Amino acid sequence: MKSNIKTVGVCGAGGTMGAGIAIVAARAGFETRCFDTSHEALDRARAQTDSFFNKSVDRGKVSAEDRDIALGRLQPTTTIDDLSDCDLVIEAVFEDLSTKQTLLSKLDQACKPETIFASNTSTLSITEIASGCERSDRVVGMHFCLPAQLMKLIEMSPGLNTSQETFKAAWAWTQIAGQQPVKTQDKPGFILNALLVPFNNDAIRAVEAGVASPADIDKAIKVGLNYKMGPLELIDLVGLDTQILLCDAFYPITLDPRASAPPLLRRMVAAGRLGRKSGTGFYNYADNAMFGG
Amino acid sequence: MNYELRQQGESRSFPAGDPFLAGAVDGADVIIYLGAPFEADDNVAVILIELGTDCLGVHTGENAGREGSNVLGFARYRNGDDPPSNLIELVRQPGTQESAINAAKALFEVAGFEVVVCTDQVGRIVDRLVRPKYNVALQFLDEGLATAADMDLTCRLGLGYADGPIERLERGGLRHHYDVSKALFDIYATPTFAPARRAAIAKQREDL
Repeated sequence: MKSNIKTVGVCGAGGTMGAGIAIVAARAGFETRCFDTSHEALDRARAQTDSFFNKSVDRGKVSAEDRDIALGRLQPTTTIDDLSDCDLVIEAVFEDLSTKQTLLSKLDQACKPETIFASNTSTLSITEIASGCERSDRVVGMHFCLPAQLMKLIEMSPGLNTSQETFKAAWAWTQIAGQQPVKTQDKPGFILNALLVPFNNDAIRAVEAGVASPADIDKAIKVGLNYKMGPLELIDLVGLDTQILLCDAFYPITLDPRASAPPLLRRMVAAGRLGRKSGTGFYNYADNAMFGG
Repeated sequence: MNYELRQQGESRSFPAGDPFLAGAVDGADVIIYLGAPFEADDNVAVILIELGTDCLGVHTGENAGREGSNVLGFARYRNGDDPPSNLIELVRQPGTQESAINAAKALFEVAGFEVVVCTDQVGRIVDRLVRPKYNVALQFLDEGLATAADMDLTCRLGLGYADGPIERLERGGLRHHYDVSKALFDIYATPTFAPARRAAIAKQREDL
């Protein structure tokens, strides 16, 4: 498989997702420009990346030589003009339409005309994001899963104006990078989040309705459906506040009642029960007690 | 723990040949109804009634939220025609005796099952949660969001599921999905439970 893409830029490379995407690109042999507005975030990401590659060496997945070569391909920068010669720029910045549109507008000015822009959005419309620049035919959805450096799946979505040539080139790049692309339409949440977010909300509503305890709901889903993790465990892991953000992104667009944040979710966030990161969510991580049991 | 079976017809939880059937004895302190007409008996530790898409209250009657006795419902979760899973969903009522719940849990756990307890709702836990997701997946398929194979692959790779929604529905039988969704929709009347078009078509074809 051939690709004209040699140099990749990652915007938001100081974040968890952006750093993971940069690893995917560098590991696959692409010169990778890691752009972020924060020096500190880039430094943090670099330390995490070093640690990731060192573990890969320890586990025998990568040789020390390949690690050093891959790390050498990662070039941090806080200057957007350093992305000017990139063939592909993947943005993984804050999940906000105007933020992404503004970024694409700046990239439009900074990058050569042939550069393809890919958005890692999980909820927003590719077509709307692309409207922030003058090359909407060269913008594509490329949604990685967390952690990007470990998860193979990428949801690929063309916007209304995306050219076939752009989509094919971006698709081919994901395959060369060792990922597994799937094609979806440009719809809220694509496949993954469109199925998952309402399902998780339904589980919260079942707790609120007193159908069963969180532990029994998770156990039923894991044993009955052979899932690795129950929906409430997953929400605790992702963060209840993040679940609200997802709901608030979906519901105004879809008006699907299942996508609206359940009242219990809002109450728990108001009470500071954010999940694992706060020590309490549907489960209490201090003493394993359960909320709502 | 000994248990007596009162069976009429095939059980979805324990199909013919299931090892659990062979462990039954007459005159036990636990009575399990598998399709046979239920008779109340306050002198045994617990009575268990196998449920399908029906509620326990259909068998026991209800009393303004005060219902409950030594009778519980149960079902072993099963995806349509797939073999039964290892999950037993126990169904309680507001006034169900804790001793009866504990006895029922102990009985099934000793037999090697994983047990959860829920209130008396159509669809119990799993179907109540998973049927709307399957309906949406079928709707996405009709709308061309993605191919069936890509939807399944996304769920397997992205969420770590053992199988995706479409392949699971196809394997278990779309007509079963229709029956369960219809039962949920009849009670709750929310569109989320309304059987998706492809499930309705499968059901209509079965009836031809």
